[in-house]
Amino acid sequence: MLLAVGSVAVMGVTLGVLLGAAARYLAVEGNPLEAELQSLLPGSQCGQCGFVGCAQAAAALAKGEAPVTLCPPGGKAVAEKLAAKLGVTVDLSEHEEKGPHTAFINEALCIGCLRCIQECSTDAIVGANKQMHTVISEACHGCEKCFKICPTEAIVMRPVLVSVGTWHWQKPMPEHATQH
Amino acid sequence: MKLFPIRGGIHPAYRKQATAEKAIVALLPLPARLYLPLQQHMGAAAEALVQPGDRVKKGQLLGRGVGPVSAAVHAPTSGRIAQVAELTAPHPSGLPQLTIVLEPDGQDEWAELAPPIADPFAADPKAIKERVAQAGIVGMGGATFPSSVKLDLGTRLKLEILLLNGAECEPYLTCDDRVMREHPSEVIDGARIMAHALGAPRIVIAIERNKPQALDAMRLAASAFPAIEVVDVPVQYPMGSERHLTQAITGQETPARKLTADLGVVVHNVATARAVHHAVRFGRPLLSRVVTVSGGAVKEPKNVEAPLGTPVADLIDFCGGLSETPKRLVSGGPMMGQPLPSSEVPVVKGTSGILALTTAEANERPTQPCIRCGTCVTICPCGLVPVEMAAHIRKDDLDGAAAWGVMDCVSCGSCSYICPSYIPLVHYFNYAKGRITAQDRERRKQDEVKRLAEARAARLEKQAQAKREAAARKAQAESPAP
Repeated sequence: MLLAVGSVAVMGVTLGVLLGAAARYLAVEGNPLEAELQSLLPGSQCGQCGFVGCAQAAAALAKGEAPVTLCPPGGKAVAEKLAAKLGVTVDLSEHEEKGPHTAFINEALCIGCLRCIQECSTDAIVGANKQMHTVISEACHGCEKCFKICPTEAIVMRPVLVSVGTWHWQKPMPEHATQH
Repeated sequence: MKLFPIRGGIHPAYRKQATAEKAIVALLPLPARLYLPLQQHMGAAAEALVQPGDRVKKGQLLGRGVGPVSAAVHAPTSGRIAQVAELTAPHPSGLPQLTIVLEPDGQDEWAELAPPIADPFAADPKAIKERVAQAGIVGMGGATFPSSVKLDLGTRLKLEILLLNGAECEPYLTCDDRVMREHPSEVIDGARIMAHALGAPRIVIAIERNKPQALDAMRLAASAFPAIEVVDVPVQYPMGSERHLTQAITGQETPARKLTADLGVVVHNVATARAVHHAVRFGRPLLSRVVTVSGGAVKEPKNVEAPLGTPVADLIDFCGGLSETPKRLVSGGPMMGQPLPSSEVPVVKGTSGILALTTAEANERPTQPCIRCGTCVTICPCGLVPVEMAAHIRKDDLDGAAAWGVMDCVSCGSCSYICPSYIPLVHYFNYAKGRITAQDRERRKQDEVKRLAEARAARLEKQAQAKREAAARKAQAESPAP
C-alpha cells in the first residue's frame, strides 16, 4: 500500500518537473495555428474583413472570434480551406460567389487626386498628381479600397470575364440523369 | 527498323475511305470575307498591326507575335481590312476573340516576300528559326504550338532524332495522307531543313500502315537521303500522339511533365514540314492549310487547301453542302476534335478537319452506372486508371484525381470510346485538368499579390524610417549647442 502510494507520488513529481521544464524551455512563441491560418489568407492586407491585416484576421480566427467566411477576396475557396483547418463545419450553400473583379478607372471622370494610389495595397494603380490614373489589372486583386475612396466615382469594379484562354469544360451532368 | 509496342489503345473504324482517294483541291472560290483570329496558336495572342480600311497584299503581316511564345498572322490574299473586332472563335466555348476581317479584292496580289534562304543547310540555324517565326508557322497536327519555339529546343538539349509525324491515327482525317502522297519532296525538304535547325542527325518519318501509298511516295522521295528513314508503324489509336510515337520508335516512355525532347526526340507534323519548306525556299508565310471536310452529313467529302480564315460554312458549301442537319460539327478528328459552336467560324492554322457527323456517327447514348469492368484501365495508353480518376472528380475531389495522375492524361478519348456504360470519362478529365489549371493560375496570382503587398509594406516602412531619421537629425541640428 505504502509502496504503491510512494511510487505513484514519485512518478507524479518527476513527470511534473519534466513538464514544467519543457514548458519553460520548449515554449513556442505565438500560436502556430495563427501562422498556418495566415498562410491560407490572400496576404494582401486589404482590410475588407474589418481587421487591420491578414495577420490580425488570422489571430481572430485562431481564437474563434471571427467566422471562416470573413475574407471577401478569398471567396468560397478560402472559406472552405479555413473551415477544414479549424475543423468547423460551415454552410456555404447560401454563399454567393461573385467571382473575381478588378478595378477600372473611367479616365474621363478621373481628376488625378492620388487618393486611390495611396490606398492600393499592391501598387496596382499608376498615375501622378492631376494626371489620369489607370489600373494594372494583372496586379489588381479586387479589394475595392480604391473603389470606395474615389471622390468622383470614376472607379468601377468589373468582373473578370472568361476568355478563350481561361475557359474550361464544365463538369459533366450528373450521371444517370438521362435515364429517368 | 525495330519498333516497340505502346500500351493500350483502341482500333476505331478508319472511315477514311470517303476522302483518302480525293486529291487536294486548291481552287476554292475566295470567300466574301476571311476571318483571321489573332490567336490561332498556343501562347500569347498576336498584336494587330492594321486598322479597318487598310489595303493589304497577300502575305503581308497583319498581326505580330508578342512575347516568347506567340505566332504572327498574315493576309491570305490581297484586299481591304473591313473590321478588327471581337468575333466568335472556332472554339467549343463559342466565346469571342479579337479577329481581323479581310475583304478580298480578287486580285490576289502578293506583297514583297522575304528572300529565299539560298542554301538552308549552310545557313545559321538561327536564321531558319527566325524565318519560321516570321512565317507564323505553328504545329499543324492540331496542337498549334509555335514551331520556331520548338525548333529552338536544340540549343538547350542534345537531340538525336527529328520524328516526323505522319501517323494520322484519327478516323476520317486524310489531309496528312494526301500531303504526303502529293507533295512528298516538299515534306522531305522541310524535314531536312528542320533537322538542320535542330541539330538532329537523324530523321525518322513514321506513317501508319493503313496508308501504303503515302509510305511508297515518302520512301521514294527519301531514298536519296541516307539520314532519313521512313517507318511504317502499326495502326493503333493514339499512335499519332507525340509521346506514344516516340515510344514506338525509341522504346522510351516520356516521363510525366517532361518533353519528348528530354529523350532527344522532337516531333513535328508532316504539314508543318511542308510549311517550313515554303517559308525557307520561297519566303512564303503560312497562308493556307489542307483541311479534310468529311462526315456522313457532308454531300461530297473532300480535301481542300483552304485559305486561313475561310468560314466553315463556305467550306461545307464548296463540298456540296449538307445532306442533313449534323448532330455534331467538329473541328479536328472525331476522337480529340472539339465541337464548333456554329459553321460561322473560320478555318484556322490548327483545323485539320471539319466533320459534320450524323446522329448515327455521333453515337451518343445515355450514361449508365459504372460496372467496374476495368476496360478503361486496360486500354489507357498512358497507363492511368480512368475509373478511379472519374470517381474522384465526380465527388469534386480534384486533389485526389491529381494524385491518380489526371494531369498526365493526354485526352485521347480512348476510355470514353471503349466504356460499355457510355460514361463520358474524357470529359471528366478535361474538366478536371481545366479546373486544376485555373486553380494554379489563381494561386500564382495570389502569390504575386502577396509579393506586391509585402514589397509595398517594406517600402512604406523604409520611408517612415527615413522620415524619422531626418526629423531626428533636424531636431539635433536645431537644439542649441551646449
